[in-house]
Amino acid sequence: MNILNEWAFVGLFAVMAPVFPALPIVIAWLFRPRKPNVLKSSTYECGVETIGDTWVQFRVQYYIYGLIFLVFDVEMVFLFPWAVAYNEMSLFGFVAGFLFIFLLTDALFYAWKKNALDWK
Amino acid sequence: MDELCTGLCRLMVDSGADAGLAQFLSLLVGVLLVSGVPLLTVILLIWIERKVAARIQDRIGPNRVGPIGLMQTFADLLKLLGKEDITPTSADRWLYNAAPLVSFASVVLIWAVVPFTPFHYGVDLEIGALFFVAVASFGTLAIMVAGWASNNKYALLGAFRVVSLLVSYEVPLVFALLVPVLLAGSMSMLDIVNAQTGMWFVVLSPLAFVIFYVSSQAETGRAPFDLIEAESELVAGFNIEYSGMKFGMFFAAEFLHVFTNGILMALLFFGGWLGPLYYESPLIAFAWLGLKGGVIYLTTLWLRNTVPRLRIDQIMAFNWKFLVPLSIANLIFISAALKVMQEIGWAPRDMIGAGFGELVPTTVVLLLINGAMIIYLLGILRKRGQEARRESQATRAALAHAAADQGAA
Amino acid sequence: MELNAVTIGFAVFTIFTLGGGFGVVTTRNLFQGTIWLMVSLFGVAGYFILLSAPFLAAVQILVYIGAIAILITFAVMLTRSVTRIKARYVRLIPSFIGSLVLFLILLLGITIPIFGGQLPESAPEYVATTRELGTALVDENGFVVPFMLASVLLTAAMIGAIFIARDENA
Repeated sequence: MNILNEWAFVGLFAVMAPVFPALPIVIAWLFRPRKPNVLKSSTYECGVETIGDTWVQFRVQYYIYGLIFLVFDVEMVFLFPWAVAYNEMSLFGFVAGFLFIFLLTDALFYAWKKNALDWK
Repeated sequence: MDELCTGLCRLMVDSGADAGLAQFLSLLVGVLLVSGVPLLTVILLIWIERKVAARIQDRIGPNRVGPIGLMQTFADLLKLLGKEDITPTSADRWLYNAAPLVSFASVVLIWAVVPFTPFHYGVDLEIGALFFVAVASFGTLAIMVAGWASNNKYALLGAFRVVSLLVSYEVPLVFALLVPVLLAGSMSMLDIVNAQTGMWFVVLSPLAFVIFYVSSQAETGRAPFDLIEAESELVAGFNIEYSGMKFGMFFAAEFLHVFTNGILMALLFFGGWLGPLYYESPLIAFAWLGLKGGVIYLTTLWLRNTVPRLRIDQIMAFNWKFLVPLSIANLIFISAALKVMQEIGWAPRDMIGAGFGELVPTTVVLLLINGAMIIYLLGILRKRGQEARRESQATRAALAHAAADQGAA
Repeated sequence: MELNAVTIGFAVFTIFTLGGGFGVVTTRNLFQGTIWLMVSLFGVAGYFILLSAPFLAAVQILVYIGAIAILITFAVMLTRSVTRIKARYVRLIPSFIGSLVLFLILLLGITIPIFGGQLPESAPEYVATTRELGTALVDENGFVVPFMLASVLLTAAMIGAIFIARDENA
């Protein structure tokens, strides 16, 4: 199987994958009762009337975790090819990868010391 | 599936079908066969999950429908079919309906790269290990979309917490995943399993397995990381506004994800289908994989039903201040030791094809390094635990003191 | 153009990319805009696969859909209620001319240096593996300097982000 054929399989899989859960939902749509009323389709928040907009301001900590995650995500992307080529690598190549990880570990410790990792 | 597809394709072309159409149809048959495995297992999984939970909690569990309650899932399915589907008026209809589909699809899609036996697999992608991490990010997005589209404060808050938990635990998960990739020198799932012929990777780096296990428990939102549900705090989290079959799909996706992780761990760390007589017949190979995956799956159920839920600040601190540094340290130590041993010729350059004998020095050194790390970690954890206990004792004493003062006044 | 899996794939991914982009600029809702952006970037990941670079496709999905989408949503939710932007940006003609000029610059500025007036070549038969990419990344004659610079850049990004986002009284 050449590379595009493999991905044709994955592509078809990706098209079919949402169809499987959609089937029972569509079948249920045929059978289920439909008796909506205003109260039933209102937002459910513990049974109390909903007050105000859903759009409440969220804390900045979510964003900081997101940022740190993004940095690590990009780092991991670089490390995958490094790990795959590891066996053929000279000591120099390994040290380059080691320094790469080490620099980012520094960044993690900076975040730690600045209390950016605490849930506030 | 390769031979099957080509065989089927040739058969159809011979009987006069268009070549392109024949290729498409044979691919479709392949897709249906591969995806059939997770779809059939999920029906069984729901029953297993309920039965195991019941037994751990000293209950009987489903036992009415069919022998030992085996048909319970079908009864549930019928019930869910008849349930009214309530869509809140303020919801964003398109995104609201798309979220459960994407959530389930993201788990099923992982099975495209899961090999069942040495010869029966969907595809063996060159980037297999990266593929399932990438696909899992659709699941994260689906949860975010579900929470937002419901237009409910609890759903949105739940989704935010869960998403920040999921992205956080993805970091140690991937750093642990890098260890088998590095040892096998390949991201293809088939190569990773074949590289374990000499020695299972769980022996070479038990720490990587433990980190992978813990973070995949978090990725599926299971206790002690079950912020996804948090019934007592967030009503039900991101899926509060979902009902009927759509809710069922979120649930089925979660059950399937847990089992999928069991199989992935069996493949990445426990040698997949490798076991006595696996080469005799594909059925034996498949049975070995199922057995290993099943045992890991059962331990996750055990864990889920035993430990209490952590607070979100504890979960985050545990991840960023413990698991992430640990997973990075593990990767660095393992890779450094292996490179040194490769340079002086103690370790083979390529694990694929290396026998047990060649791997003995590697195993001993890597195991010693991991053992030393684990002992050091246990020391840290014990110290941390003592500190935490002392702190809470001090707070309690202060509170009691204040109460006594108040009583006196 | 013959009809085969590649052309069908190209058509589908083009619809994703352009449709997603169209969705981003037309929707008034910031969150929906984020989702449209992800649809568009998913289409780009498809292009990478058609160009036989599956590693880059996985990276595209991992980084954009896995991280950037989440980050944008978190950032959107940091702001106050701006779900439905009321004020319309009405200067249509200047923005139309501006985008047209930009499009032309990109069209000429990117295509001419690459193809130099020749016909565009099709993707080469030879497909580089991830292993070769990894070897090149840490090769002293390869890309080891950019590789290390990427690490420094990421570290700087993280420190900068924490510096800007941190609590004033922490």
